[in-house]
Amino acid sequence: MLAANFLLLAALLFCIGVFGVIARRNAVMVLMSIELVLSSVNLNLIAFALMNDDVDGQVFALFVIAIAAAEVGVGLAMVLLIYRNRQSISLDELSELKG
Amino acid sequence: MNSVILAADGVNVAQNVGFGIIAAVMIFAALAVVTTKNVVHAALWLAMVLAGMAAQYILAAAEFVAVSQVMVYIGAVMVLFLFGIMLTRAQIGSETGLNNKSWAVGIPVAVVLFGLLAYVVLDAVEDSTIAEVELTGANNEATLEIADRVLSPYLAPFFGMTFVLLAAAIGAIVLARKD
Repeated sequence: MLAANFLLLAALLFCIGVFGVIARRNAVMVLMSIELVLSSVNLNLIAFALMNDDVDGQVFALFVIAIAAAEVGVGLAMVLLIYRNRQSISLDELSELKG
Repeated sequence: MNSVILAADGVNVAQNVGFGIIAAVMIFAALAVVTTKNVVHAALWLAMVLAGMAAQYILAAAEFVAVSQVMVYIGAVMVLFLFGIMLTRAQIGSETGLNNKSWAVGIPVAVVLFGLLAYVVLDAVEDSTIAEVELTGANNEATLEIADRVLSPYLAPFFGMTFVLLAAAIGAIVLARKD
C-alpha cells in the first residue's frame, strides 16, 4: 500500500470541505463541511500512525473526534440561537460586526 | 508521479482494491455533500463519507478509532445535524439559496489548495509504501496500547478534553435554552 494513497484522499476531502465552507450560505451546511475537513485530518493522523508503526496518531485522532463532537454541539446551539433571533440562518445576512 | 496510480506491484492487492472502492465512494459522497440542493440529503451523504472513513480506519488497522468514529460521528453527530436541520428549517426538500452568490470562488481555491497539498504530499512521501498491515482478529494490541497511552503520557490532555466536553455541553445548553 502506497503511503501517499491515504494522504492524497485526505487532501482531496479536505479541499472539498474547504469548497463547501466557501460556497455554502446555510450555516448548517457550513458546519457539515467543517466536519468533512476535520475527519479528513483524522484520516491523515491514522495514516501517520500506520507509517510510523506507532499508536500516537490514533490517540490524536481520538482527541480530534472528541473535540469535533464538542464543536458541533456548540456550533449547532449557536445556529439555533441565531435562527431564533433572526428567523434565518443565512450567513451573509449576519453583518452586525461589520464596521 | 507513480504514487497517484493505485499500482499494486509488491504491495497488498486486496488492500489497494478495497481502498480504491471505498475512496471512490467517499469522494462521490463528499462532492454530493457540498453540491446537493437538499439539506437532509447533504446530511445523509455526510453520513456516507463518515462511514467510508470508518472503513478506511479499519483498513489502516485502527479498529478502536473506527468504532469510535461510528459511535460518535454516525451515531451522535448525525443525529445532532438532523435535529439542527429540523429545528432551523421546517422545509424538507430541495430549496434554493443554499449557496452564496459568489460560490464559484470556492472552486479555484479548492483546486489550488489540492494541487499544493498533493505536491507537498508526493514530495514528502514519494513512493514509500506502508508496511503490510496484519489484521489479527484475536489480539487487540493497538487498543491496549491506546489505553496505555491515554492513561499515562496523555493523561493531562485527556483531562483537559473532558473539561472541554463538559464546557461544550453546558455551553450548548445555555445557548440553546429558551427563557
